[in-house]
Amino acid sequence: MSKFVDRLMVRANEEGLVDLAYATVDTPLGTGLVAATPKGLVRVALPNERTEEVLARLAEDVSPRVLEFPARLDQARRELDEYFEGRRDRFELPLDWRLSHSGFYRRVLRATARVPFGEVITYGEAAQRAGNPRAFRAAGTALGSNPLPIVVPCHRVIRAGGEIGNYGGGPQMKRFLLKLEGAL
Amino acid sequence: MSAMAHALPPFQAFLDEHLEPVGAFLRGMVGPNDAEDCLQETFLAALRAYPRAEPRNLRAWVLTIARRKAIDHHRSRTGRAKPVAEPQELIDRQGGRARAGSADGPLGMSPRHSEIWAAVAELPAGQRAAVVLRFAVDLRYREVGAALGTSEEAARQSVHEALTKLRASAAELKEMAR
Repeated sequence: MSKFVDRLMVRANEEGLVDLAYATVDTPLGTGLVAATPKGLVRVALPNERTEEVLARLAEDVSPRVLEFPARLDQARRELDEYFEGRRDRFELPLDWRLSHSGFYRRVLRATARVPFGEVITYGEAAQRAGNPRAFRAAGTALGSNPLPIVVPCHRVIRAGGEIGNYGGGPQMKRFLLKLEGAL
Repeated sequence: MSAMAHALPPFQAFLDEHLEPVGAFLRGMVGPNDAEDCLQETFLAALRAYPRAEPRNLRAWVLTIARRKAIDHHRSRTGRAKPVAEPQELIDRQGGRARAGSADGPLGMSPRHSEIWAAVAELPAGQRAAVVLRFAVDLRYREVGAALGTSEEAARQSVHEALTKLRASAAELKEMAR
């Protein structure tokens, strides 16, 4: 049946019917998932998230035309592989921001996207860079809702006291990423 | 969108769930050689229309598309006798059914009579669809009715009429073999 499905995917893709392509991705802490619209990468799910739930949410929030189509995620998977192997310190992927809220939340995520590999900032600094220095709590919420973790490096935002703080992918993942980048 | 009580599942999950039964249905409807093309057309059409699908009965929805594709297929190559596929699977299922003592029972003939599948192909499209959905796809009458857009009773009637015809064909074959 898999040849059948391959043929179906090729035709669906040619007709522009794959609104959302996804593929699994191996990380040192388990299997995650990446999903893209024709515009770019729209979602990165870390290993602690349930694939079925992530896909069901995408079907509701973006389009029900969700298909496993790894060919459309070659670049994302390659860049993530290289990152985890310590051979890449920035991502060069087109991003689709549609799953992040607009306004302050999105400004927080865009500011975070510019924090370089190996560096960290505090929640207060993230809030300041997004234009509202006092909204550090809201900045934390914005980062917690990051649909594109790792690629938009919300793990580089930590507490003012030096504790690493919360992480959607779990504290173990955050610690792992900061160590990988030499920031811990 | 998120307020919808019944959200559409991701198309991939829909495909994984329905590919096999719809394949069995189409093999029964158009034969093994052409079933794969019809199956492609069915799921491509389903993908095109998917955002407007009725989430509460996706199986009936996709079987309706498949039945339309099978009818288109027959129109495009009228006159040619098509072997109805998957006799072994139908036989196996009926065997299982007979052993389980189901009231529907086998078609009342030896499984060796592969001619019966030619007879299935000769059935009117509606009856053929009903009998294939009942025995090759293993649906209940209520579900056969949903897929055919008829009542449970009408589905039962179609299958009954089809089986009567098939039994008559089987009796004829037996007569001829004598």
